Amino acid sequence: MRTPLIEMRNIHKQFGGVVALDDVSVTLHRGEVVGLLGHNGAGKSTLIKILSGAYEADGGEILVDGAPVTIRSPRDARANGIETIYQTLALADNLDAVANVFLGREIVTSLGRLNDAAMEHATSDVLAKLKVVDLKSVRAPVSSLSGGQRQSIAIARAIHFQAQILIMDEPCAALGPQETAMVANVIQELKRQGLGIFLISHDLHDVFALADRLTVMKGGRVVGDCHTADVTQDDVLAMIITGRPPA
Amino acid sequence: MTQISIRRLAAATGIDTRLLAMAGALIVIALVFNSFTQGAFLSPRNLWNLAVQTSMVGILTTGMVLVIVTRNIDLSVGSVLGAIGMFAAVVQVQILPPDVWWNTPLTILCAVAVGITIGAFQGFWIAYRAVPSFIVTLAGLLIFRGVAWMMTEGRTIAPMEENFQLLGGGLRGSIGAFWSWFLGGLAIALVLFRIVASRRRRHRYGFAEKPLWGDLLTGGLWVGAISAFVLTMNAYNRPGTQIPQGIPIPVLLLIGTVLIMETIARTTRFGRYVFAFGGNPEAARLAGIDVRKLVLLVFVIMGILAAVAGILATARLNAGVNSTGTLAELSVIAAVVIGGTSLAGGAGSIAGAILGAVIMQSLENGMVLLGLPSAMQQVVIGSVLILAVWADVVYRRRVA
Ligand SMILES: Nc1ncnc2c1ncn2[C@@H]1O[C@H](COP(=O)(O)OP(=O)(O)O)[C@@H](O)[C@H]1O
Ligand SMILES: [Mg+2]
Repeated sequence: MRTPLIEMRNIHKQFGGVVALDDVSVTLHRGEVVGLLGHNGAGKSTLIKILSGAYEADGGEILVDGAPVTIRSPRDARANGIETIYQTLALADNLDAVANVFLGREIVTSLGRLNDAAMEHATSDVLAKLKVVDLKSVRAPVSSLSGGQRQSIAIARAIHFQAQILIMDEPCAALGPQETAMVANVIQELKRQGLGIFLISHDLHDVFALADRLTVMKGGRVVGDCHTADVTQDDVLAMIITGRPPA
Repeated sequence: MTQISIRRLAAATGIDTRLLAMAGALIVIALVFNSFTQGAFLSPRNLWNLAVQTSMVGILTTGMVLVIVTRNIDLSVGSVLGAIGMFAAVVQVQILPPDVWWNTPLTILCAVAVGITIGAFQGFWIAYRAVPSFIVTLAGLLIFRGVAWMMTEGRTIAPMEENFQLLGGGLRGSIGAFWSWFLGGLAIALVLFRIVASRRRRHRYGFAEKPLWGDLLTGGLWVGAISAFVLTMNAYNRPGTQIPQGIPIPVLLLIGTVLIMETIARTTRFGRYVFAFGGNPEAARLAGIDVRKLVLLVFVIMGILAAVAGILATARLNAGVNSTGTLAELSVIAAVVIGGTSLAGGAGSIAGAILGAVIMQSLENGMVLLGLPSAMQQVVIGSVLILAVWADVVYRRRVA
């Protein structure tokens, strides 16, 4: 068996008395899209927030390429090649696309000054690769952009910094059909390039179109893990609702 | 039509339309006061005084912009500057020996160290203990006013050393005609150099270049403004002599502070993070920014600036007085808000805040010249504050 790109083992997380994750183990391989499914409150967001360093796990371990790593902060996650696109678009609306793409990892000159020209150049490059249409200016505050364009900025971050692992929490929740198609194209392209992608979505149709494997959660536990090709949407729906693998 | 051309002008010169509008308001205010005071308002003497009067509040606004951009407030600046001003007087007059060259530098160093400590103390409660800044600094307003009194049981401490007094812009506290032109010339060279450098950089990276006439206009405006400023400061003679005063030292302190703070805000990671945090604190945190340290540092900067303002106030009064800086926080916050900084966080400009401070100070100065009673002055200033913020709300809605 190949070593998984990411392995999360026996992850446990509690918020006060609420057990959000109970002994959860998941894996992700290179060039693979894994769909994380489950009702609201199943623990999907909590799981990926632990992987992206937004929360710290109470127990369990995380392995990247087979080696155990410690992820205590978003900085740690990024250092391990993990990029996250959050459900609530985590952008500073008052800043422009350039500042958002490079937030926390700015290019600076040897004197420590922000090198805005270099960052603008790189941002334009990546956004052109993503074929972001109608972007008036990479220097306009991102609050003036459409949902899809804002999503592209989050994706541009991942691409520019050559992420190995991409986490997308409901990437299409706020998008129209065209923009959803754009995101789907990007996911397929990144997958071809060998990234591993965790995809969380409520839309079973989308997930079936994009994911190679499905991990179903319920009540903070993993209740099923199967290849997309081996199941029907009805099987998966039943799993989500009942929490039992298909007969 | 006029609107479109103003917008084109703004785009070509890179000047904010808001700043343009504020400059326009300032010119109107100046002309109105000038005609009602038979030319006294725009006399070199009054403009020189106005510049000195603006420096203390102006220095504080540069830090308050960062505080408010990070969705905080600092109500304690008046008390902190009062306490540090008093502390500086005690150190200089009662602790260090008089008439030694190192008395004044050491006094300044001690005052700044206390400013850093107070800023870190308040910042710690806000950033690491999650007590709202409104509460922490409201407490600071009380605590440090009390401390200012307790240091000497309310007694005034005087006089300050002669070289310390220079910092307040008193009788000899300005740099004369030659050095004023020297610095003015330096500033002009710097402005022109930056315009050329920016054109080159945009060219190198293949970005759209600004129209040449726009850069020429910007350069021309700067050269004109700097020359006019130096000419005005030099036009006021030392009372009873033919010696031009030149730029007052407290105004130089203000200009230096603005340059440093603008550089921090615009060209450093720290400055970028301040604005990112103000726009979306969660996004800043998820981007790996240490947001607590960030907020702490913002309050440390505010503490340093309060120390500078306290030194300046004590130097100007030539005494440590325990009521120094009372209500200064209100002038500072008003100037910042008039200057277009949003109390919701994430948006603000130091240049705007300085213009706001000049507008506020001009109103006060002009009303004093007119002999309006101080009760009336308060009514006017309060009303202007509401009008200015309302205009800002309308402006934002139209831009959005
Ligand atoms: N920050 C938090 N504080 C307290 N409880 C939380 C927090 N985040 C998530 N939870 C709880 O953890 C459980 C899992 O939530 P979540 O991971 O958001 O589920 P999902 O993303 O699958 O809808 C829920 O019971 C939720 O109420
Ligand atoms: Mg969720």
